Amino acid sequence: MKKFISVVLLIISAFALSGCSKKYDLYVYNWGEYMDPEVIKQFEKETGLTVSYENFETNEDMLPKVANGAGSYDLVCPSDYMIQHMIEEDLLAELDFNNIPNISNIGSQYMESSKAFDPDNKYSVPYCWGTVGILYNKKMVTEPVDSWSILWDKKYKDNVLMQNSVRDAFGITLKYLGYSLNSTDKEELEEAKEKLIEQKEDGIVQAYVVDQVRDKMIGESAALGVIYSGEAIFTQRENPDLEYVVPKEGSNLWIDSWVVPKNAAHKENAEKFINFLCRADIALMNFEYITYSTPNEAAKALIEDENIKNSTVAFPDNATLARCETFQYLGEDADELYNELWKEVKS
Amino acid sequence: MNNKRKKYLAFPYVLWMAAFIIIPLFMIIYYGLTNRNRQFTFENLTIIAEPSNLKALWLSLKLSTLSTILCLILAYPLASILTKIKMKNKSILVFIFILPMWMNFLLRTLAWQTLLDKNGVINTVLTFFHLPLINIINTPGAIILGMVYNFLPFMILPIYNTLSKIDSSVVDAARDLGANEFQTFLRITFPLSLPGVISGITMVFVPALTTFVISDILGGSKILLIGNVIEQEFKYANNWHTGSGLSLVLMVFILISMALVSKYDKESEGNIW
Repeated sequence: MKKFISVVLLIISAFALSGCSKKYDLYVYNWGEYMDPEVIKQFEKETGLTVSYENFETNEDMLPKVANGAGSYDLVCPSDYMIQHMIEEDLLAELDFNNIPNISNIGSQYMESSKAFDPDNKYSVPYCWGTVGILYNKKMVTEPVDSWSILWDKKYKDNVLMQNSVRDAFGITLKYLGYSLNSTDKEELEEAKEKLIEQKEDGIVQAYVVDQVRDKMIGESAALGVIYSGEAIFTQRENPDLEYVVPKEGSNLWIDSWVVPKNAAHKENAEKFINFLCRADIALMNFEYITYSTPNEAAKALIEDENIKNSTVAFPDNATLARCETFQYLGEDADELYNELWKEVKS
Repeated sequence: MNNKRKKYLAFPYVLWMAAFIIIPLFMIIYYGLTNRNRQFTFENLTIIAEPSNLKALWLSLKLSTLSTILCLILAYPLASILTKIKMKNKSILVFIFILPMWMNFLLRTLAWQTLLDKNGVINTVLTFFHLPLINIINTPGAIILGMVYNFLPFMILPIYNTLSKIDSSVVDAARDLGANEFQTFLRITFPLSLPGVISGITMVFVPALTTFVISDILGGSKILLIGNVIEQEFKYANNWHTGSGLSLVLMVFILISMALVSKYDKESEGNIW
């Protein structure tokens, strides 16, 4: 009997160990719904390389997995402030731009903005960018919307959807109050907290959500919502009554870029893939699928739909962009302060 | 097989318990009692005294107690009706009650969100008939509804099991000796079904107290329960020490409530622990 059981256990453990057998030539780790699956198929067809594609939901989810090498990814797509954090933590490998000739398709202004988090443009290649703004329903909001103050207007009681993320919620409040959205000043943050509490206590906030802003706005459950510009284009396609604005006080300009972790096993394949993504036709195909603004000038030139090509939502004018700020990594202490204040807002 | 050999059959379970229950528990205790510099501290436990945490804990206790009581009120009569029904294949009835549990818990909760939403299914129907609208989404009421809906089967099943095991001759004897229906219930049936009630309460109260998904989905993230606070510490603040410390405090509350319940039911102590 004893022998039998040990044999069974041996077999079970053999199965357990053999679970991780299939090997890929490239491991990509990206946001959910952030790439046209056809792009990967075409890359595999053209190069003969096999791609493993996994998703993450927030920068904060992604970081520990890449940092501990638990996933051993070759190509990751974090946001600006997180890239800065990863460079500081020495987690990223310098890119060999000889392998990425298509980088010339990327508009120089985006490389310039990237310097906020990657000062020498050594580690990252911009993939998507956009702003944070207010999405509103023209049927329910008849007055002109141009300021964050409308999110504090008691007229819209139980009709406002806020972003359920610390940096976004505090970012827009700080901008509304006229401060930098990278503020670490305790007094400014306390003031922002009071504002957010006031907004919640007055019953203006219907819910704090992330992805559901999109569905709830399309379904007309709320009049106003804070949303990323890329999502705005999608919602307008579904519900033409929706309008997107970047308030006059300014907002967040974000960039998500491709980076290669230091412990990547297939760095060259990763660079090949970046180069592929920067190709005009591929970038266009991707843009049409995910609707997030592309930094790829060559792809933008290929867009056929004039409405999209000239859309101020997808490609805001320079005056709007000048009012926007990019998030920076603020350090552990500031992170803790933000989280503490956010908790006070929520409870 | 003799007893000695039977012992080996428990081996996989012991291994499982050690790997996924005992070791994680010790890790929580370790994290809960240390800070980021790996020094011993009680700070993670005393942090519960902060007003925002206390508020979340109090609200959790209130909502989970309320939904446990509601579950009990709904489940007991239902279970006793189920026991009394004279049907050839009673297990089909029980099966119907468990059927919703075949669907994913998250999906069912998300479905309630769609149902209760301002322009949701229920309100659309109500508007059609010109009836007053229901506006409980993103309020504690919706959370209680979600808790009761999700955890009700866990209350029905144990009560049904104990009720159906009660020897009917005991009840007959009570009636024979002159007890009326109410007296029989109060002095015979109910005390005999207590073990089921106790395990039902445990199985509803504990998950309700610690939930963070239901409050997130049906509360619009506006209502912070202690489970949400702990989730935030782990997921967003990346502070495993505070999260573990708060989990330990919560565990104490669960133990206290279990002790309170079992005090009223000394004989069935073996059943809960």
